[in-house]
Order: sequence, then C-alpha cells, then structure tokens
Amino acid sequence: MLNKSIKELSELLNKKEISSVDLVKETYSQIEKLDQKLHSFITVKDKNIALKEAEGKDKNRKSDSLIIYGLPFAIKDAYVTKDLRTTAGSIILNDYHSPYNATVVEKLAKAGGILIGKNNMDNWGHGASNENTNYEVPHNPWDMERITGGSSGGSAVAVATRMTPFAIGEDTGGSIRNPSSMCNISGLKVTYGRVSRYGAIAYASSLDTVGPMAKSVEDLSYLLEIMAGHDDYDATSSRLPVEKYSKYLSGSIKGKIIGLPKEFFGEGLDPEIKKTVLTAIKVFEKLGAKIIEVSLPHFVYGVSIYYLIALSETSSNLGRYDSFRFGDKRDLFSNESTRRILLGTYALSAGYADKLYKKAQKLRTILIQEYEEALKICDVLLSPVTPSLPSKIGEMISDPLKNLLEDLYTGTVNLVGAPALVIPAGFSEKNLPIGLQIVGKKFSEGELFQFGYLYQQETDWHKRLPTILKNEK
Amino acid sequence: MNKYQVIIGMEVHVELKTNSKMFCGCKNDPFHAEKPNIYTCPVCLGLPGALPVANKRAIEWTVKLGLALGCKINLFSKFDRKHYFYPDLPKGYQISQYDLPFCYDGKVETSFGPVGITRVHLEEDTGKLIHQKVNGRDVSLIDFNRSSVPLIEIVTEPEIYSSAQAKEYAKKLRQIIRYLDISNCDMEKGGMRLEANISLQSHPKGVQIQTGHPKGVRLPNYKVELKNINSFRFLERGIEYEIERQKEILEAGKTPDQETRGFNAEKGITYSQRSKESAEDYRYFPDPDLPPIRFDDKWFGEIKSSVPELLDEVFSRWEKDYKVDRKIVELLFETTEEAKKLDEIFSNLSNQKLPIDKFINTIVNKKLTINLFDKNAEEIINIYKKSVQVDDVSDEDLKKIITKVVSLNPKAVGDLKAGKVQSINFLVGQVMCKAKKKIEFSRLVRLIQSSIK
Repeated sequence: MLNKSIKELSELLNKKEISSVDLVKETYSQIEKLDQKLHSFITVKDKNIALKEAEGKDKNRKSDSLIIYGLPFAIKDAYVTKDLRTTAGSIILNDYHSPYNATVVEKLAKAGGILIGKNNMDNWGHGASNENTNYEVPHNPWDMERITGGSSGGSAVAVATRMTPFAIGEDTGGSIRNPSSMCNISGLKVTYGRVSRYGAIAYASSLDTVGPMAKSVEDLSYLLEIMAGHDDYDATSSRLPVEKYSKYLSGSIKGKIIGLPKEFFGEGLDPEIKKTVLTAIKVFEKLGAKIIEVSLPHFVYGVSIYYLIALSETSSNLGRYDSFRFGDKRDLFSNESTRRILLGTYALSAGYADKLYKKAQKLRTILIQEYEEALKICDVLLSPVTPSLPSKIGEMISDPLKNLLEDLYTGTVNLVGAPALVIPAGFSEKNLPIGLQIVGKKFSEGELFQFGYLYQQETDWHKRLPTILKNEK
Repeated sequence: MNKYQVIIGMEVHVELKTNSKMFCGCKNDPFHAEKPNIYTCPVCLGLPGALPVANKRAIEWTVKLGLALGCKINLFSKFDRKHYFYPDLPKGYQISQYDLPFCYDGKVETSFGPVGITRVHLEEDTGKLIHQKVNGRDVSLIDFNRSSVPLIEIVTEPEIYSSAQAKEYAKKLRQIIRYLDISNCDMEKGGMRLEANISLQSHPKGVQIQTGHPKGVRLPNYKVELKNINSFRFLERGIEYEIERQKEILEAGKTPDQETRGFNAEKGITYSQRSKESAEDYRYFPDPDLPPIRFDDKWFGEIKSSVPELLDEVFSRWEKDYKVDRKIVELLFETTEEAKKLDEIFSNLSNQKLPIDKFINTIVNKKLTINLFDKNAEEIINIYKKSVQVDDVSDEDLKKIITKVVSLNPKAVGDLKAGKVQSINFLVGQVMCKAKKKIEFSRLVRLIQSSIK
C-alpha cells in the first residue's frame, strides 16, 4: 500500500477501501521489519498511540478532508515535537522534550497527518553522509555497506523503503537533496522563506529550509501546498500567497530553456554521474526544452563561501546548548560539530571577520547576482546533485574535507535562496542511485514541479525499489 | 588650581514599557510579576527551534526618542547578534545593534553645555540572576521574566566634564524619556541603569576644557567603567570618588587600571569588579533570523508626527508666554499628555487673567492638594479659584476683631514691636480664627501693623 502515491492513498481512504489503521499498521510493520538494519529512525512513536490516532482519523474523515488526512508521516529529528523527544541527532539532546511543536509539524497535524517518528540525521545537520549521528549510522537500502547521504539521511531511507508515504527533511546545504539522490527518492529544497522555520533546530539560519521528501514530484507538490505559507513566528517567512502547486502537474515545457552551468560538470565530478545527468537531459530535450550552457564564474568559491557563512552561523546557533537549563554537557559535541563550531567562531572573530565572514558575505552577493543573471536567460538550471556516488560507510567520516565537498553543487543554491528539486535519474554500474537537480528562480516551485513531473512521466527511475525491498519479495 | 580634567562618557540603559517583549509575545512586566519565570515562552527562553520576531512599537519608540534627542536616523537598519556566555543570556548571544543603530548623532543640552549623543540603539534585556541560600546551599537562580524585554541604550560622546554635569545629563535624559511616555525609568528596580566611563586628563598647559572636546586632542589612554548605578546621587558620588582615586594614582606617576568598577553606597566608594585590559570580542554579525528594517516615507512620517513638541521648547514657550520657571513647573508633570493638560490650564488661567505663577506655587507647595490630570481644565481652575477666594469683610469689622486680639495677646504684640517678625503670623492666625473667614494675608498684616503703631 505504501508504494502508492499520496493521491492514490487519499482516494482509497475516501472510498473506504483502505483505512488509516491499515496504513499505520503497514508503516509499523515495515519499520519493525527493516529499521533494525537500516536505522532510519531515532525515535518511533508508540504503535498503540499511533493506531489510536488512526482510528480517530478513520472515524472523523470527511469528504473534504485534506489530501494527507489519515496518512502517517515521519520527520527529520531536527524539528521539535511535544509528543516525541527531539535530539537533532546529538546525544546532547538525548532526553530533550520540547514544550511546543514546530510550525511544520502543527500544519501537517492540522491537515490530518499522523506523525509516527523522527528520523536519523547528522548531528545539528553537520554532515553529508549521516555518519555524524550520535545514534546508529543509517544504511543505504540500495547497498547496506554504503552511506545514505545526509544530513536528512534517515528520512530518505524511510521514504525509499516505504516505511512512510512521505517525510519532512531539512536542507541547509544539500541535506534534503543529497540523500534523496543517494536513496532514489524525490526531494525539494524550497525557496528560503517559503516554509516556516519555526521549531526547526537551527544549523545555519540564513540557509536552513524546510522541505518535503517523497516518492514522486506529484507527492511533493501536494505536500508543499500544506507546508508553505507565512508564519507569524518566523520573521523570515514570506507573505507571498501559496500557490496550488498540483496545478503545475500537466502542460508542457516546450520551448523552455534549461541552462547547464558548465562549472557544475567540471573537475571532481564522478564520470558515471556526469554520464547519467547528460543522458537525462535528452529526456528534457525530447519534451521540447532547449538546452544551453551557462556560466557561474564565482561558483569555484561556492563551497568556501557556503562553509564560512554556515559555520559562522552555527557557532552562534549552538551557543545555547550550554547544559544550564536542558541538554547534556558541551564536551559531548561530536568531533565534526566541534570542528564546525571552532571554524565558525574563528571566522567571526575580531581580526579575522573581515577576511573571512564579511568577505564571504560579499561574495555571496556576487553569487546571487550570477544566479539571477543565469536565470534571466534560462527558465531553470540543471545539474548533478553530488560529485560522487554514495561512499562506503566509514570512508567519509574519516575524510572531513571530502564530506564538505559533497555540498559542491547544492550549497550555493542555499546561499542564493533559490528552490531546487531533486529527482531520480538513473543508476551506476553498481546499481547505486543517481539523481539530478533542477534549480529555479525564487518562488518558482511550481515550475520545478512541472519539469520534474513531466520527466517522471517519461521515466521510471523513481519507481524502482531498493535492493533490500526486492530481496524481501 | 586643579591639574586634572575629568572626562566622562555615559551609557544609559532604559527598559521600554511596551505591552509585550522585544522578540516574542510575552507580557513585558518584569517588576510586577507575581512569580519568577511566568512571563516566558520558547523564544525568550532561547529554546531549540525558537525564532525572534521584532516588536514594531519598540522600534518606533526608539526612533521617537532619537528624534527627540535631535538624532539622525538610519532609514536602513538591522539587528545583530552579540555573543558572550552568561547564565542569564539563554541564547548565548544578545540581539542588539552594532554598526547600524536606529539613531545617531544627537545632543542633550545641559547648563554646563551640550552633551553629544553618539547613538541610540535597541536591544533585548537579559534574565536576572538571583543568588541566595536554598536549604542551606548557596545557589544561583535565574528569572527570565526580564529576558528579552526591550532595552534602549543611549551612548554619549566623552563630553561630560564634571559629576554635576553627568547628573544633570542623566536626569534630563530621564525627563525626556518619561515625557515621551515610553518608559517608567524606574531606577531602583533597574528600569533605568547608568554607566559612566571616567578618566582624567592633565591639562595641556593648565587650560581647562569648558565645553566640547577639542578635535585632535587625544583622550587618556585608559578609562574606568563605573557600572550599574541606580541613582543620580550615587552617580555623582561615584564619579567624585573616582576623580580622587584616579588623581592619586596619576600623582604617583602610574596609570589607573582599565577596569569595570561598582559603587558601594554604604561606604561611598567604588570597587573593582572586572579587569578590562583586553577588548572583548563579541563576534557581532547580522542576525539572520530578523530581516533588516527599512523605514519607508510613510512609516517614518508616522513616527515623526508622533514626536511631540520637544520638552525644551515647551519650557521656553511657557517661560515666554506665562513667565513660568522651568525648575518649578517641571515638578508638576512627566508625560506629553500631562504637559498638554498643563498647557490647557495655563491658557485658561491666562484668559481669566489669573496669575499662573501663583497657581503653580499653590500646587507645588501643596497648599491645594489636587490631581491635575483626572479632571478637565475648567474644573481644576474652579477648584483653584475657590481655594484662593477671600471673604468679603469690611475694614471696620476687621479692625474691631484686631483690637480684641491685640488686647488679648500682649506678649505677641510686644515681640512684634521688638522686631520679632514671626509674631505677625500668630496674630494673623488669631484674627482669622476669630473672624471665621478667609481673608487675604497681606491685608491683615497691613491692618494689624497700623493698629499697633
């Protein structure tokens, strides 16, 4: 059942062919069956409580109930929840219970979603492999020896293995896109300000975004309709009206221009990924889009700018975890987080801020202008998601620099604040998933959905099930 | 002749009396809270995931104060994070303003000369630490009712040259703030906190600096920060003490330590709190959670028009139109609303050709106890008129009573004749008592004196 789309599930529920109780049961049976090996969850809600909620939904379902009414869902453990503890993947918050719910949690709950658990992540979002969690390292369902990508790795695994119809991730420099690509699901990094950040444990406040992760672009579009919108509790949330994104799931991209930033296909890119993405482009050509090459000259500084800003902000954001009032002692910060806090502190310090933080801010402005210029010529930009295929667990955690470089193609999009959609685009020789990234103008999520949806009508990559599920059957 | 000149710059913190706190919806009323930590939420407690949203009114009031102090306004401004660790600072940083304060470059006039205002910026207050014994153990408790209360900081140029000027500046600042009705400036509770940076400079060839710091003259290479002063008197005494203390050190050929000092009111001395040899690094950067603030013409116009006639202007107008002495009339009111009320009363009195200075004296000396601000001007004037009204008595009748009083009080009369002027008060009292009437004092004095000649 959980292999079906959100729309199909909703229709079946409305026709009473299935019940929320059935769905929740299946969710738990998948988790019980798989998660001891995969570790996609840090905390799972008590099954009986979830079943009770599902019974309530079945009883109260109305003909005009929202599309996710009665559907189970999971969220990255970066979102505070009243019912379940919130760890942000760090042992420091192992026993932390929030007195309030994040706005996105409230919105989904109000729409009738049933929260079933909180997904694994690199602590505080610090990582691109999910190995930097203080809990069990999650495994990639396509190859148990490999990483899931990160930092929203747990959510990607849960969706890929059908433990949940959808999940909410968080993306600061690629944290939704990178694991979506590595686990063969669809994920959206929204325009900065499109979805409220209230209740999202901050990694880097000017880059953090809240986005959906699901099996298809169609599902993502329905989810964004529910999640997006202004929030009085988030001063950076946009007042632009929320569109009906699902209306973009049709039409044509004929004549639209796709830009390929040449810097995204340069040195460091795995040849298999390059080949896969270039093959995917042919599908868009077939759909009538025009492909041109563009250039973002300052892109070479992208990773440096991204990390100087992200780490400066994180050094500030994590100051509150001083264990005075909640949480455990500061010496429990992981090596990776300590490294990031120290780098950020350094970048903001007197005598260095001018050369590091402030310079990065100036370059960020230049980068924004370059993206804007490119997006004046093109409708969207298309690129790989990560420079490399999922590595073996243990490889990346011992190579911090490689970990940072995983954000090469994704991090600059956060600096710009633009939306980016990641969709499955093929597989490597070793059957490892490869995604592609489509970047649009700010608040053009609808257009991205159109590109993604039409692509998924032409291809079936996103329907392929991970090895671990096939083995079961 | 005094060899040293004291140079003082002041920093004053004032809590605004907005309904809600600076970055959340919590009630802003730390002084009247029944219990600690009742006016708190995830935002002012700095809990994971919480985000600040700026209080628009607090921003408007800061600009309003800036305009009242003659400041220039940054029409594009922002909030910054100021980092330091302290248990009363829940986020590990204070949201403040660094390089783009809302207001800059103003001044406050004092009788010693003008004091330049460097900047006025808006920030959030911290929680409050309470050190006490619980079950026999020394503990530190934190009360977050005050956490994130809007706090204005007003910084002056190092242009204050005496303790008396410092005191006058601070008092005048409080008067202006209360007049704008944006803070109660409760000094005792910490609603207004004074800090003075004090250093001594030896005179170049004995020339005394009068007003304004001459450009190009270098400030002393040290400064002592006198912190957390909660009364004007302590400010004056603390500065006086510092002048003497620093003079002694300089006389001995040494330089006073760069440090923060507190004032012990009981002993009347200052004491070292913290060395400040190296500048602290607060790692300021723009708070990414709060979009920058742009004042468009409409908004700025609205704030501008909310600024009342400036206090100095009100006083000089009253002096010109009504011959009213600022030093006395300022005892009568605080806020703009109250000043407007006085204006109405004065103009009514003036129309009726009643002497305004007498009215003010009557109220200030409490010869008439009346709340000027809960009745309309006409009522107040009627009450006042009644209170000063004299009864109609003929000189004939009065003289009869006076003769009687004089004969009954030979001692007082004798004293008066002998030059003891106070005796007249007693005799006047006796006459009024006997007459059971209200009679003009000077008239009685005249009649008594002529009767005993």
